[in-house]
Amino acid sequence: MRIWASALQCRRGEREVFCDLSFTLDAGDALQITGRNGSGKSSLLRIVAGLLPAAGGTIGCEGGAEETPLAEQTHYVGHLDAIKPSLTVAENLGFWTRFLGGADSAITPALDTLGLGTLAELPAAYLSAGQRRRLSLARLLTVTRPLWLLDEPTTALDASGQARLAALMQAHRAQGGLIMAATHTPIGLEAPRQLRLGPPAEQAAIEATPEEHAP
Amino acid sequence: MTGLGALLLRDIRLALRLGGGGWIGVLFFLIIITLIPFAVGPDLALLRRLGPAFLWIGALLASLLTLDRLFAADHDDGSLDIILMAPAPLEIVIVIKALAHFLVNGLPLVVAAPVLGLLLNIEPPGMAAVTLTLMVGTPALTLIGLVGAALAVTLRRGGILVAVLILPLTIPVLIFGVTASNAAMSGPVPFGTPFTILCALSLASLAIGPFAAAAALRNRE
Repeated sequence: MRIWASALQCRRGEREVFCDLSFTLDAGDALQITGRNGSGKSSLLRIVAGLLPAAGGTIGCEGGAEETPLAEQTHYVGHLDAIKPSLTVAENLGFWTRFLGGADSAITPALDTLGLGTLAELPAAYLSAGQRRRLSLARLLTVTRPLWLLDEPTTALDASGQARLAALMQAHRAQGGLIMAATHTPIGLEAPRQLRLGPPAEQAAIEATPEEHAP
Repeated sequence: MTGLGALLLRDIRLALRLGGGGWIGVLFFLIIITLIPFAVGPDLALLRRLGPAFLWIGALLASLLTLDRLFAADHDDGSLDIILMAPAPLEIVIVIKALAHFLVNGLPLVVAAPVLGLLLNIEPPGMAAVTLTLMVGTPALTLIGLVGAALAVTLRRGGILVAVLILPLTIPVLIFGVTASNAAMSGPVPFGTPFTILCALSLASLAIGPFAAAAALRNRE
């Protein structure tokens, strides 16, 4: 699967956040999006996820399931964990797995992989911030979708959690998956492409890959 | 299909567990109807005449009470983002959420109504009519109300706004619900005429409500 965006423009209220943003991602690629606060990292991920309309420009994908909208081939892990405190850990993950079309048999292995296996029957209200984040990431494993959009995925994760996430991302890329991650710190992606969002006045400057550039 | 079943099960579980507010509506209904005989006084004829109207107003307010969190809870914790990205069409998702709301909030009101009718001196034939109109009419209240809930989803204190937006739209349901109940008790209109219109209002809100709510949720930013 291949994803491309051309001349993307984002406007929040009256303010132009970025404009003329273009990139392409091939199977197995990871794009690390950096930039100062308010430069539009999260907005870019939400635009790709189809949760925020772009003010201009287009996003497309080739390969993969042609008939399926990009949003339905995408996992989005944002700042909010999408966890219900009154449901147990297993019920939370079970709901998202069934709702998004995954298999029930994947739930227990996913919880074990993320170190939540022993907490499966605990109401999610008692989880720590890092455990909530792990539970939120478990959805990536139970439902197979080629594109992962991760917004500061390592927030609240301890060292072992970060190492597990890095391994999961590596495995996902090895199977031809794509990752776009907004982050301030390295999150363990191997040889990611870089997309640096600058202040709107300076235009969005794109580094690292020669075929991608903003005018 | 399993995805929608999972959503229905989740919403029912959430409503019935601690803090979910599943029993709030029916408790509120109970207290409102219990207070009325104290306010009106021991005039049995007057209570019987006003009974269906009180039951309908009580049911209307009780179903609104839990409606404002229908989408706001999912919006606040980020679940709504993922629901919007799911393969299931948003309109169907909304119908399922409305069904869960009806099962947990509307249906208990219908079940409680005959018991509470005793407090208002409504006789069995009239009570059957009120219960039947509530059974048919409370889904309309949910389906109209979810449009307001979807519009106010991003507002922190959206509950009052939902009530102000929605209550005027429920006037037809209220009119025909009470008219049908009164018709069964005292005539002169046959019960069937207003009751059929009430059924039509429920079906129309089923046809319009989910689409309006879906449009509101898609454009919430």
